[in-house]
Amino acid sequence: MAARLLPFGDDRARPHQPSPIEITVDGVVAAGVAGQSIAGVLLASGRLDWRRTSSAGAPRGLFCGIGVCFDCIVTVNGDRDVRACMRRAADGDEVLSQHDTLPEVTA
Amino acid sequence: MTSVLVIGAGPAGLAAATAARARGAAVILLDAADALGGQYWRHLPAERPAADERILHHGWSRFTALRDGLEADAGCEIITGAQVWAIEAGADAAPTVHALIGPSDGGRRRGRSFTPDAVVFATGAHDRTLPFPGWELPGVFTAGAAQAFAKGERVAVGQRVVVAGAGPFLLPVAASLAQTGAKVLGVYEASRTSALLRGWLPKPWQLLASAKKGGELAGYVGSHVRNRIPYRLGRAVIAAHGNERVEAVTIAALDADWAPIAGTERRIAADAVCVSHGFTPRLELPIAAGCRITGDGFVEVDTAQRSNVPGVYAAGEITGIGGADAALAEGGVAGHCAAGGDARDPELRGTVRARDNAGGFAARIEAAHGIRPGWPAWLGDDTIVCRCEEVPYGRLRDIADHTCSSGLRSLKLSTRAGLGICQGRVCGRTVEQLLGTAGGAEAVSSDRRPIAAPVRIGELAATLSPQEPTEHVQGKDTNV
Repeated sequence: MAARLLPFGDDRARPHQPSPIEITVDGVVAAGVAGQSIAGVLLASGRLDWRRTSSAGAPRGLFCGIGVCFDCIVTVNGDRDVRACMRRAADGDEVLSQHDTLPEVTA
Repeated sequence: MTSVLVIGAGPAGLAAATAARARGAAVILLDAADALGGQYWRHLPAERPAADERILHHGWSRFTALRDGLEADAGCEIITGAQVWAIEAGADAAPTVHALIGPSDGGRRRGRSFTPDAVVFATGAHDRTLPFPGWELPGVFTAGAAQAFAKGERVAVGQRVVVAGAGPFLLPVAASLAQTGAKVLGVYEASRTSALLRGWLPKPWQLLASAKKGGELAGYVGSHVRNRIPYRLGRAVIAAHGNERVEAVTIAALDADWAPIAGTERRIAADAVCVSHGFTPRLELPIAAGCRITGDGFVEVDTAQRSNVPGVYAAGEITGIGGADAALAEGGVAGHCAAGGDARDPELRGTVRARDNAGGFAARIEAAHGIRPGWPAWLGDDTIVCRCEEVPYGRLRDIADHTCSSGLRSLKLSTRAGLGICQGRVCGRTVEQLLGTAGGAEAVSSDRRPIAAPVRIGELAATLSPQEPTEHVQGKDTNV
């Protein structure tokens, strides 16, 4: 059970047939459709979390969906801290999940 | 020619830009997203057009008329993908607005600064979500996230979904989820019948004057009946359970102050939960410009939607949570007046009347669905309050007690709550409330963010180069 993309044939809004795109997430291919956000591609591909928090190492993914909470940040084509909900996925995007650990404290 | 900069392209901003153009001003319209419409008219992207997209929206033809009018108008420069990151208050003049333009959070955005004659802030609001045990688990979303992904991507955030919180927004969220193929297990509204009657029953003629709202409500009721979605009052999700992701939630009955009633807990299996307890206005830009904020946390405006700062206007949810009709009317007034018009001008009469009639809506929502003081009873000591810094409730209280912190600034430094990457956007109001610093004498609120959005050092350095244009430029800019 997970998030899912409504199949366009079932959509009462009658969308045009979407163009498929592919991105890689930590090297694994994820399929989406043109115009989706990176978070949308991730969710609809069955991933609910794609980040670990710094202090507890807890899983995080999408929360606010509109660019406010920064829970969904990823690295996109080398740019760190990109809000996956705010960035449209482009065919061929290379997405890396971020697990930023806290710096070691030395005496 | 008067130049007007409008920040935010939702209902208020679109109406403001249109009204300012009607009065002959040169207009620049900025939005951080890459499409117009804001959250209310969040829609499928250009890459995925739909023949009947109007069925997903209220007032869709109003939106397309505003959008098409502005897009066809050479006197309005529309800049999407524009993240305003700083506002420089002017002395007796409108502020300078600094933006980075390009794909969201990209490393190679272009800096642009604007020095218009007038600024209209139409930055809207985002969900206020109260914490509960497990709300940091993947699979817990704000109701706004569910709505954004249903409308903007046709993605249902889960398959068995619980919608909970407070306010009329829960209804369209549930309807959109059902329309996108999710099974909505129930809508749980924290307010009880008595509060709803207190908010919605008085002066019913005012509601009748806003006939569109009635039609909208009837639509949601129809959707709920069709999709067999239970709507329960006086209940809340008080915990989410799961290992690494949401697997179930606990729902409990609440008393009139929203404290859970012992013995009423019920566990429901679900793969997603969408929560909203109202909205928080996005105030950082108005605060940076020096706008006075009311005691209940909104931009103070006069009948012309003018703030206390010369040349600075505000419209929409940042002046009170009143819905799209109020935002449209306020935007119309703000744009007209920012362009040099007067709120008493005859051509503005209908807009002013619509604005004044819509005024009661915000007060009704607050009376019916406003957050009640008993909710912290559902927090445990280990419930995360600040999601970014992972500060649990017990530690927050202990540190505050032990450091004798007083006022929000010292509390943030001692507890770290609100210091993470979201800069208190999610937990700020909650921390203020839990630690009793709301409206404190220090006059510091978590909405004071001098840097309004994260900026890369390289981008900051590039914006200091002298060749960046600061003049008012005409023409289209859609390089995102």
